[in-house]
Amino acid sequence: MANILEISEVSKTYDLDSENPVQALDRVTLDVAQGEFVSVIGPSGCGKSTLFNIVGGLIGQYEGSVRIDGRPVDGAHRDVGVVFQEESTFPWRTTLDNVAFPLEVQGMAKPEREDKARKFVSLVGLDGFENHYPAQLSGGMKQRTAVARTLAYEPRIMLLDEPFGALDEQTRMLLGDKMLEIWAALNQTMLLITHNITEAVQLSDRVVVMSFRPGKIKEVISVDLPRPRSSEVISTPKFGEYVGRLWTLLREEASRGMVESEAELAGR
Amino acid sequence: MTGSFRLSKSPVLVGALGVAVFLCVLEIAVETGMVMELVVPRPSDTFLAFPPVQEDMDLVGNFFVTLGMTAASTAIALSIGVPFGYFLYRNRRYGIAYEGWLAAAFAAPTVLLYPLFLVIFGRTYLTLIMMGFIPGAIPIVIQTRQGLLGVSQTLLNVGRSFNVSDREMFWKIQLPSAVPTIFTGIRIGVMYTLVNIVAIEYLIDFGGLGRIVSEMYFRFDTPGTYASIVAVILVSVFFYWGFGRIEKWLRPV
Ligand SMILES: Nc1ncnc2c1ncn2[C@@H]1O[C@H](COP(=O)(O)OP(=O)(O)OP(=O)(O)O)[C@@H](O)[C@H]1O
Ligand SMILES: [Mg+2]
Repeated sequence: MANILEISEVSKTYDLDSENPVQALDRVTLDVAQGEFVSVIGPSGCGKSTLFNIVGGLIGQYEGSVRIDGRPVDGAHRDVGVVFQEESTFPWRTTLDNVAFPLEVQGMAKPEREDKARKFVSLVGLDGFENHYPAQLSGGMKQRTAVARTLAYEPRIMLLDEPFGALDEQTRMLLGDKMLEIWAALNQTMLLITHNITEAVQLSDRVVVMSFRPGKIKEVISVDLPRPRSSEVISTPKFGEYVGRLWTLLREEASRGMVESEAELAGR
Repeated sequence: MTGSFRLSKSPVLVGALGVAVFLCVLEIAVETGMVMELVVPRPSDTFLAFPPVQEDMDLVGNFFVTLGMTAASTAIALSIGVPFGYFLYRNRRYGIAYEGWLAAAFAAPTVLLYPLFLVIFGRTYLTLIMMGFIPGAIPIVIQTRQGLLGVSQTLLNVGRSFNVSDREMFWKIQLPSAVPTIFTGIRIGVMYTLVNIVAIEYLIDFGGLGRIVSEMYFRFDTPGTYASIVAVILVSVFFYWGFGRIEKWLRPV
C-alpha cells in the first residue's frame, strides 16, 4: 500500500529566540499508509499536539518535511482534517450548523449541506440534538459534534487529538467502536492521539510511542489483532500482551517525565 | 408563595414593580416635605406635565429628533469604530500604541469642545451628530479590538484547518466570537452619544429633547423638566432594548 503521509525528520523548537527555547519535537519520522489507523501515545507535553498541528499545516517554522501523496505540505491541506484537543465547537451554532460549517464555507447550498450534515450528526449518534447549542450538550457530545464536523469535511486523513480525553471509560469504549465503524465505512486514514493504552490497542493498526522531551518516537508497535474489532477484543489474552508492552514502555517515559518536572520545580 | 415564584420568573414585572414602589415612596416623601418640591416634583405631577409639554413643545416629535440624532451618530460610530478596531487588532503595533490614547480620549470630556464644532458645522444637526459620534466611537473601537483579541486560538485553527478565506474567518468566526464584547462597547457608546447629544441640545438651544429640558428649566417648570428628562430616558431604553435584540439575533447564545 502506498504511503499517504510521510513525516520525515521533523523537529520543532518553540520560542527559539527567547532565553529558554522548548524543543517539542526531535527528528520525528513516520510513514502512514492509505487507510491505516495509527495511534500516538506518550506522556503529557511530549509534543503530540505539536506534531498534529504541523501535519495540519497550522504551525510553521519547523525543520524536516511533511508530505502528502509525495508532495510537500505548505499550510492547511484539503486532505487533512483536524479534531482539536480543546473545546472547538462554535458556541453560537447549533449542532447541525456546526457540522455543516465546512460545507457552508465550500459554498454548498443550504438544503444540501443540511442533508449531508444530518448524516454525519447521526453517524456520531447525536440524532435528536441537531438544534441544540453546544452549551446544552455534555462534554462528550460536544466532542462528537467536533468529530462529525471534521468528518463532514471529508478529508482523506483525519487527525484526532484526544477527542475523547475527558470521557469516562465506558463511553470512551463505545465511542471507540463507533470510530471503528466510521473508519471502516469511510475508508479514511486515521491518526489518533490518546493517553489511553486500551483505546490505542483497541483501535489501531500501529501504536506510536513517544518519549518525553524532546519528543521523539521511541517505538512503533504493530497491533496484530483481527479486524473487524469491537471493544470485546479487550478481554482476549493477546490484547493483554500488547497493553502490557505499551505500559512498560510508557512507564519508563512517565517516570522520566516526573523526575524531570520535579527537578525543574526544585531548580526554581 | 406562588406570587413570589411568579415574580422571580418575570424580570420585567419585578423591574416595573420596583419603579412603582420607588415612585410611591418619592410621592410620599415630597408630600410630607422630606424632599423639596422645587427640586423634585411629585411623580404624579411629572406624569401630568406630559400633555402640556407636548402641547407647548412637541415632546413626541422632539423625542424622535433626539432618537434620530443618536441613531445617526451611532451608525457612524459603528461604521468607523468596528473597522478601526479591526485595524488595531490586525496591526498589533498600532493596537498597542493607541490603546492608552484611546482610553485617555474616552475619559476626556469631549462635550466641552462644542464651541469648536459650532464654528465648523454651525448650529445644525451636523454638530449634534458629530459631537455624539466621537464619544460613541471610542468604546466601540476599544471593545472591538478587545473582542477580536479574545477569540480563541482553537476556533481560529478550526477555520484555518477548513481552509476558510480571511473574509469568512472574519464574518463566520471572529465577529460572532467577539459580538458580546463588541456589544458591551456599543451599549456604553450609545449612552455616551445620547448624553452628549442631549447636553449639546441643551447648551446651544437647538433641536431635540435637550432643548425642551433647557426651556422648561428656565421657566422653573420642574415637573416639565422632569417629564422631558423621562423622555430622554425612554430614548436610552429604546437603544438598550434594540441593541439587545440585534445582539440576540447575531448571536443567539
Ligand atoms: N505555542 C507554544 N509556545 C511555546 N511552547 C509550546 C507551545 N505549544 C506547546 N509548547 C510546548 O511544547 C511542548 C509540547 O507541547 P504539546 O502540546 O505538543 O504536548 P502534548 O504531547 O500534546 O501534551 P498533552 O498530552 O498534555 O496534550 C510542551 O513542553 C509545551 O510546553
Ligand atoms: Mg496535546
